[in-house]
Amino acid sequence: MEPVAITVSDVAFGPTPARKLLRRIAAHHGFILGAAILAVMVAMALLAPMVAPYDPNHQDLLHRLTPPIWHAKGTWAHPLGTDQFGRDYWSRILFGAHISLMIGFIAAIISGLIGTTLGVAAGYFGGKIDAAVTLLLTIRLSMPVVLVALAVVGLTGGSLSVVIMVLGFLLWDRFLVVTRSATMQIRKTGYVTAARAVGCSTARIVLSEILPNIINPLVVVITLEMAHAVILEASLSFLGMGVQPPTPEWGLMIAESKNYLLFDPWLIGIPGTALFLLVMSINLLGDGIRDVTAPEARN
Amino acid sequence: MLAFAIRRVVLAAIVAFAVSIVGFGLLRLSGDPAIAMAGPSGTSADIAHIRHEYGFDKPLPVQYWNWMRRAVSGNLGDSYYFRMPVTTMLEQRLPITLTLGVCALLFALVLSLPLGVLAALRPNSWMDRVALTLSVVGQALPSFWFGLMLIVLLGVMFPILPPSGSGSWQHFVMPTIVLGYYATPAFMRLTRTGMLEVLQSDYIRTARAKGLPRWRVVLKHALRNAIIPVVSLAAVQFGFMLGGSIIVETVFGLGGAGYLAWESISRADFPTVQAIVLVYSGFYIVLTLLADLANAWLDPRMRG
Repeated sequence: MEPVAITVSDVAFGPTPARKLLRRIAAHHGFILGAAILAVMVAMALLAPMVAPYDPNHQDLLHRLTPPIWHAKGTWAHPLGTDQFGRDYWSRILFGAHISLMIGFIAAIISGLIGTTLGVAAGYFGGKIDAAVTLLLTIRLSMPVVLVALAVVGLTGGSLSVVIMVLGFLLWDRFLVVTRSATMQIRKTGYVTAARAVGCSTARIVLSEILPNIINPLVVVITLEMAHAVILEASLSFLGMGVQPPTPEWGLMIAESKNYLLFDPWLIGIPGTALFLLVMSINLLGDGIRDVTAPEARN
Repeated sequence: MLAFAIRRVVLAAIVAFAVSIVGFGLLRLSGDPAIAMAGPSGTSADIAHIRHEYGFDKPLPVQYWNWMRRAVSGNLGDSYYFRMPVTTMLEQRLPITLTLGVCALLFALVLSLPLGVLAALRPNSWMDRVALTLSVVGQALPSFWFGLMLIVLLGVMFPILPPSGSGSWQHFVMPTIVLGYYATPAFMRLTRTGMLEVLQSDYIRTARAKGLPRWRVVLKHALRNAIIPVVSLAAVQFGFMLGGSIIVETVFGLGGAGYLAWESISRADFPTVQAIVLVYSGFYIVLTLLADLANAWLDPRMRG
């Protein structure tokens, strides 16, 4: 009788799947760290209009190049100092978080839609469609992202929407690779065969059998590509081909302060650190999601 | 093997052809070369004249055909801005970029192979953690910012290296570090994963059971097999590095093809931009072709 009692209590009081997931998350330092930093960044981005002490574009030429607070000459009026036009750096960093996150997120969603559509189609139908999609992928991979993005944005004349569209249309390759192989595996499972046998339409099989089962790897790729888009967008703006001045964008802030590298290195140090922390937090969160949802894929 | 090689070469040719069309079309849709050439003071009559003179009034497929026909015979047109043949400029600039690319690739391999092997030998040890931290940081570090920080540190605060230019080998040190570190995380992860897998295989256990010294098992038996996927990654990464070299060369004022790409894009110098897109894509296509052929030669299972 004893063993049965233990089994019953195990079933009755053992951890639920949701609780197990929470435990895995709590034990994953990278996940926690990434989520925490990203939460702060998102809060900064959303609350920027309310929290920012100054208009990010307001120039105060009497208070140019005020050093940040940890400096001997720093003042609480400008905790992160002011730039060469006397604009408050803390306010610009806050609004910069908004722009980086927005561009990264929308670009990742656009490329996710393109890549997932192509990947699921290739994986589900196979044959000629798969061959055509694979050729498309090879073509895309042969064109260096930085060069093509820089050229198209530079020649069109940079603006926020052009940058988002160009990145969205370039970063779909990993979505395609991941969803294609996942769909190929799922297509062979019994439940897809069963759904087909009872006469479900292709659209229904894709929406209710395949998509729910590739959502985990998809979320991981969304985070990776979002980080990728954030870093690329900042690089384009740094090179003068992305978002245009006076937008408070981190890459652009670094470019504008290049000439002050010598005496006021914090002017490039602060936005660079913000950019680094944002990209790192998104990557850590993505790796964390992969580890806790599919622990077997860890290595 | 021959059948595989022929199929692979044909595929590469198709891809190269498609890339040239996409590249040409993308750039033409992004801007009007006639307006760019006329400059800010150009009148509409100037623009119309330039359009006719250079054949921009012809349909795009005709323009493409004319461009491609000349490109195949080695004539990539003349630069609008620099007023010289693009081929001549590329001959001067490409060696610098390729030198940087090879140095950065070597730097990345020298850094990532030992770290990846050590991390795989003792998973979750402090060594594994160091490798993991280095790779997390490397993935998040924007290369332009890392470059500027190195300039502050090694060019200004402790002036041991020239902050910018391309005159001597010292000018290549910082760009190599920045571009190489950018490629390191991918190599490190692949080496670690490959080693972990190989170390669990039967022939490694046999080698150990025979009483071979540990370092010999690791270096001669395990690493040789774990390193095969790294070879094809190297080809792909070299292609990515060509793209990354645009950012790195611009930051350090290193006068290679990457810097030329930036200069010509900011001056709307269409023939130069088109040529660089074609050449960079060509490098990637040839490198991945060679890597695939090498893999198929080493491992017959890849000839599918």
